[in-house]
Amino acid sequence: MLDSILFYFFAGVAVLSAALMVTRRNIMHSAVFLVTTLLAIAGIFLQLRAEFLFITQIIVYVGGIMVLFIFVIMLVRLDVALHRVRFRLQKFVASLVVLALALELVVILALADKLPASLFMKESVAANHLPPNSEALAGSLFSSYLLPFEIASVLLLVAMVGAVVMAKSRRRSEES
Amino acid sequence: MTVLLQFLETWWVQLVCGVVIVAVVPLIAGYVVLVERKLMADMQARLGPMRVGPHGLLQPIADALKLLIKEDIIPRDADALIFWLAPVLSMTAALTSMGAIYFGPSFRVAEDINIGILFIIGVSSLGFLGIILGGWASNSHYSIIGAVRSTAQLVSYETAGGLAIISALLLSGTLRVSAIVDAQASNHMWFIFMAPVGFFTYLVASIAETNRAPFDLPEAESELVAGYMTEYSGFRWALYFLGEYANMIVVASIATTLFLGGWLRPFPNVHWLNWIDLLPPLVIAAVGAYCVYRAGKQPVKVQVWFMWAVALSCFAIAVLYVLPWLVQPLRFALPGLNGAFWFLLKISGYIYIFMWLRFTLPRYRFDQLMHLGWYILIPLAIVNVFAVGVALLLEAEFGWNRWIAMIVTTACTLAVSIYLVRLQDKRSAAASSATAVTSDSYAG
Repeated sequence: MLDSILFYFFAGVAVLSAALMVTRRNIMHSAVFLVTTLLAIAGIFLQLRAEFLFITQIIVYVGGIMVLFIFVIMLVRLDVALHRVRFRLQKFVASLVVLALALELVVILALADKLPASLFMKESVAANHLPPNSEALAGSLFSSYLLPFEIASVLLLVAMVGAVVMAKSRRRSEES
Repeated sequence: MTVLLQFLETWWVQLVCGVVIVAVVPLIAGYVVLVERKLMADMQARLGPMRVGPHGLLQPIADALKLLIKEDIIPRDADALIFWLAPVLSMTAALTSMGAIYFGPSFRVAEDINIGILFIIGVSSLGFLGIILGGWASNSHYSIIGAVRSTAQLVSYETAGGLAIISALLLSGTLRVSAIVDAQASNHMWFIFMAPVGFFTYLVASIAETNRAPFDLPEAESELVAGYMTEYSGFRWALYFLGEYANMIVVASIATTLFLGGWLRPFPNVHWLNWIDLLPPLVIAAVGAYCVYRAGKQPVKVQVWFMWAVALSCFAIAVLYVLPWLVQPLRFALPGLNGAFWFLLKISGYIYIFMWLRFTLPRYRFDQLMHLGWYILIPLAIVNVFAVGVALLLEAEFGWNRWIAMIVTTACTLAVSIYLVRLQDKRSAAASSATAVTSDSYAG
């Protein structure tokens, strides 16, 4: 009962603020509502007893990415940037994506009974008997999935170094 | 209705503790401000606040009252919604993160959270959104420059701070706050002695994260009036201030838990030093006795009374500490009481270092701040994580003595830090000879 109240609260907040995020004209308000959405989703993670995911969502998305978003928004002159020609196909692409997602949802809901239950969840465990999931996550990341993990981290490192090199070379060409 | 009752029945202890934190932290923050002003006055050879109460002891309450009844101004061109939201966010984040802190083996708000230390760090870092949004919403140049500086500083120093924390987490092998302290008890050593470089890095990073001198560039009063708080007044300003001091307490608790042994007394496992457990009531009683001594010298009658009141409350607390020793059924409360005493003592020591540095060091220039963060602290923190890992590996795989492994790796880390400082000196010398004035886009 308490669980479902929490779920509907967080889900409602997430959906409402996501809608507000899209409809606000003021970009900073949009950013604030995006933060609210992300926090509400973190709340849903916590309600599902995924505490590591909850705190990762907060640290990475709210504390890291959103801070950078807002930083960029503050540095850009909005009155100039908003009057530039934007990407014209945006509405078309967005409606395509929405259609695809809606179709996927409908298909899953329609076929939910026919699909094997193992597709959704391996075995159902009572939520308060789950093992602590930071330990479980560390166990699977650093033992069974060590190689993919290392490959992913090397990939990220390459991307980071690449971004730094590109930024530096652009600055040098601007100076010369 | 039944759900609500069920909820209250399960969680009433946590709710009461939460209410106590929200009610008490503002008072504590006020008195931290008073201590800071008194210390500053002492270091500058003056008296500090003396008028309100004996030795200014009622000054925080007077200040809070003044702020509450001040006019609340929202600038006409400000973004009202975000202007309203920002200070609340700043304070809420700091107070919420306090929920996971252990003030002693049994003094806590939340249950023993599995990801405790990450929760404290993650939630308290949300407070920066308040600073950034407040600076933007004020629609003023000083505010926005303060906010931009604050963001750049946060991004640089949170990285170093996070990496510094990892070195202690590697040693304890858990994220659970109570287990981290237990690990220090079973190691017979606080982690500050095993990873001193990590502690030092965290100290510097935490000063920068709490926007305090010498890293208080987001609110540098000689350049930016008050930085992101310029347009705020009255109660909203007080909320920002409260958030800042609450954040100081949070940061000090993180450092205490990770590096200074949490609620453990000095030498927790040495039995012939058990008399240290008697120190808390003695120290508190001594403070009370000093108040009695000062009471005779107060010029005004009200001040004499107040001094006596402070002395009596000190004696009452001391009796509370002595009681478990005398009455057998109350013995269970002893570890909790002593733990809270040592934890608060360590927090106070850490905050004292903050204040000491503030009154001693001049403010950094912004490019110096960035250089210190990116060229020295972050590489140092990375090397330190690596070194602690190597030391643990040497112990586990090659059977080295833990102390030898730790000393060798710490020496290597220090060598790297000396090299980094040398490199930085050379680089800045080259830069200053190349161009007389270096421009910096963040400096405003």
